[in-house]
Amino acid sequence: MTLDVSQFVGVFLEESFEGLDLMEAGLLQFREDDPEAVNSIFRAAHSIKGGAGTFGFREVSDFTHGAETLLDQIRQGERRMSSEISDTLLCAVDCIRDMLRAASDGGEADTARLLQTREAIEHLLGTRPAESQEEGAQQANGADKVRGWRIVFKPQPGMMKTGNDPLRLISELEGIGLLSVRTHTDVLPSLAEMEAEACHLHWEIELHAPVEAGAIRAVFDWVEDECELLLEPLGDAPGTPAPTVAEPKSDANGTQTNTARPAEPRRTDASSIRVAVEKVDSLVNLVGELVITQSMLNEVGNANSEFDVARVERLREGLGQLERQTRELQEGVMGIRMLPISFVFSRFPRVVRDMANALGKSVDLRMEGEETELDKGLIEKLADPLTHLVRNAIDHGIESTEQRVAAGKPAAGQISLKAYHQGGNIVVEVADDGAGLNREKLLAKAASQGLPVSDTMPDRDVWALIFAAGFSTADKVTDISGRGVGMDVVRRNIEAVNGRVEIDSTPGGGTHIILRLPLTLAILDGMSVHVGDQTYILPLTAILESIQPTTEQLGTVGGVGRVVHLRGDYLPLIALHESFNVEPEAHRPEDGIVIITAASDGRAALLVDALGAQHQVVIKSLETNYRKVPGISGATIMGDGKVAMILDVDMLLRLRHMH
Amino acid sequence: MSDEKNLAAAVTDDAREYLTFRLGKEEYGLNILNVQEIRGYDAVTKIANSPPFIKGVINMRGVIVPIIDMRIRFNLGEATYDEFTVVIILNIGKRVIGMVVDAVSDVTSLQNDQVRPAPEFGTVLDTAYIDGLATVDERMIIVIDIEKLMTAEDMGLVDQVAA
Repeated sequence: MTLDVSQFVGVFLEESFEGLDLMEAGLLQFREDDPEAVNSIFRAAHSIKGGAGTFGFREVSDFTHGAETLLDQIRQGERRMSSEISDTLLCAVDCIRDMLRAASDGGEADTARLLQTREAIEHLLGTRPAESQEEGAQQANGADKVRGWRIVFKPQPGMMKTGNDPLRLISELEGIGLLSVRTHTDVLPSLAEMEAEACHLHWEIELHAPVEAGAIRAVFDWVEDECELLLEPLGDAPGTPAPTVAEPKSDANGTQTNTARPAEPRRTDASSIRVAVEKVDSLVNLVGELVITQSMLNEVGNANSEFDVARVERLREGLGQLERQTRELQEGVMGIRMLPISFVFSRFPRVVRDMANALGKSVDLRMEGEETELDKGLIEKLADPLTHLVRNAIDHGIESTEQRVAAGKPAAGQISLKAYHQGGNIVVEVADDGAGLNREKLLAKAASQGLPVSDTMPDRDVWALIFAAGFSTADKVTDISGRGVGMDVVRRNIEAVNGRVEIDSTPGGGTHIILRLPLTLAILDGMSVHVGDQTYILPLTAILESIQPTTEQLGTVGGVGRVVHLRGDYLPLIALHESFNVEPEAHRPEDGIVIITAASDGRAALLVDALGAQHQVVIKSLETNYRKVPGISGATIMGDGKVAMILDVDMLLRLRHMH
Repeated sequence: MSDEKNLAAAVTDDAREYLTFRLGKEEYGLNILNVQEIRGYDAVTKIANSPPFIKGVINMRGVIVPIIDMRIRFNLGEATYDEFTVVIILNIGKRVIGMVVDAVSDVTSLQNDQVRPAPEFGTVLDTAYIDGLATVDERMIIVIDIEKLMTAEDMGLVDQVAA
């Protein structure tokens, strides 16, 4: 029986990436001697190794073996965790991730780095590096020096009970090269004493293939605790056991074992989500209820008797149920897509640590609100911009230790990442306590690049300059920031998901960048408003109140700028029909409705003809087939099948500034 | 229209099928592989501050599709909308775009050598979007490169940054 394991490769890869994240987090937090921490790191490494062996990622399992051995020694208390070890292990995590990614995408892993890390591990393990180098050289010169291996495989009697079949292992060896197998029956008990489920045989195998020991050990990976395994190079003096620790493996060999794998389609490209079983169960329940409601409604509709008041009542009741269940179902389905933001945040301790080390700065990272949930799609789109912002903060924001001390600040810079809900938004803040943005420098730079600036510009406009496309801060580009995305790309990425970027900076006090993102990409609670013959959707979260203005409440500033006087405050009035060039019904503000909206720049009043109803609308992107429209965040389809635009209040306000 | 002749020609390798449509008195042809469907003009929602030839967007089975009136775009024919107004739904790359024309006339198969290069017209119409001119039954068909035309910058259909 052959089991097609290729279908599980996707799951393995996913689990391995999770395991690697776990290892990484564990290593980074590894401060005090917490035995459970080592254990969990070790377990992650162990299952990656085991899985990699099963699925034929030999390089991965070999490589992981070294790291695992190291971890095991720490776990057994034979070795103490040092910063050298944790650095090496972190490198190893990167390498394994690299290899797995290469395996899943068909790319190339960084071989030089692999060898380097492997050497570092071996060095730590105390295996003579000279020996392994020799072996590496041997293979580089052409592996023909090892003609093959003599393998003595002595399974323990109970091996078959654990589900391992010696025969299958041997036939797997056959895939590597030509075999001659001798079965030893000398310990075979008499038939009367024989236990049918025990393995009383052992084998002596000659494998005529120029592979190195690791490839063979990988075959026996899963049974190594349950058998005696002896490897000897063929033709060499007997009794020289092969090194047991991971040997370097040449690339040629890697590909060789790769091709030995069945060429099954092992890439499941569709990204997947892991969902808690309770969430799925509650969905199943909801669907069950829906079916009941549907049959109930069916009954009401199909009954032959006259339509009477009682049935109207039942119909109403059924429709009410249907509505509630639909909403719950919708929430449930959206909940499946929600993931905690720690999925993105978890990478930053590592990023900060590596970068701070590289730059010789000392930086503390504080994270808050990691459990804040947001849409999976958003999480993916947030990763790059956030990474860029954090890198920027460390590189440009935080000063060198000397400068900090001289400025009377604590020597260690602080970067804080914060996520929380605010209204219908998720807010993610990246703040540093560094030098802050330099107003003069930014203005000078902008002026030299021909951007329209003036010395009297308000601060927030000056800060916004760093988002201008092609705005280069070339005098401070380092090899760390400057690669990857620029600030303009950060803003574009965030705006692409209907989010906004705000920036605030105090000289000497640091820079504070705020990302506002919609809770989900798909559904929005909105109020329909009418202007002329057009209907627009205004996000409910933007609406504070609506009033019918009296003439006394309205005023103009300088003849053009209109304001609404509301309980002591003067709010700018934006007439939607002017912004969108629509012929309105209410030409005078007094005839229309004024909606007080909350925007990131404060409050503003929006003049419309009439208010419609409250809707839950499905957001459709205009950009799929068209492009971004100023003042509009998207479109939706109304109950009558018509398209309605969803208003973006902030952009409307900004539009007004431009006019 | 002699359909048999065209169908026979369609089998050969260097022949392509074109959907021909009319704008005013001119007849245009576009690669039929770009055509998703043909439908009536209905329930268009305006887009604020868009050029006049972009009539707005429609909901086509849950997809938001922008509608362009080619008659306005090229100043050909009368831009009137009634129950006979025709919209050709195009697939351009991954985008879906609707195009209002005066009438859809036919599906024609043209050999590559039937399409003659178009002369330069100066500024009236950018010949970059014209693959050439072809004659079918004494009528001149202007074969256009619809993908190039729709993704052109002055159409304003595609974000410049995204393009």
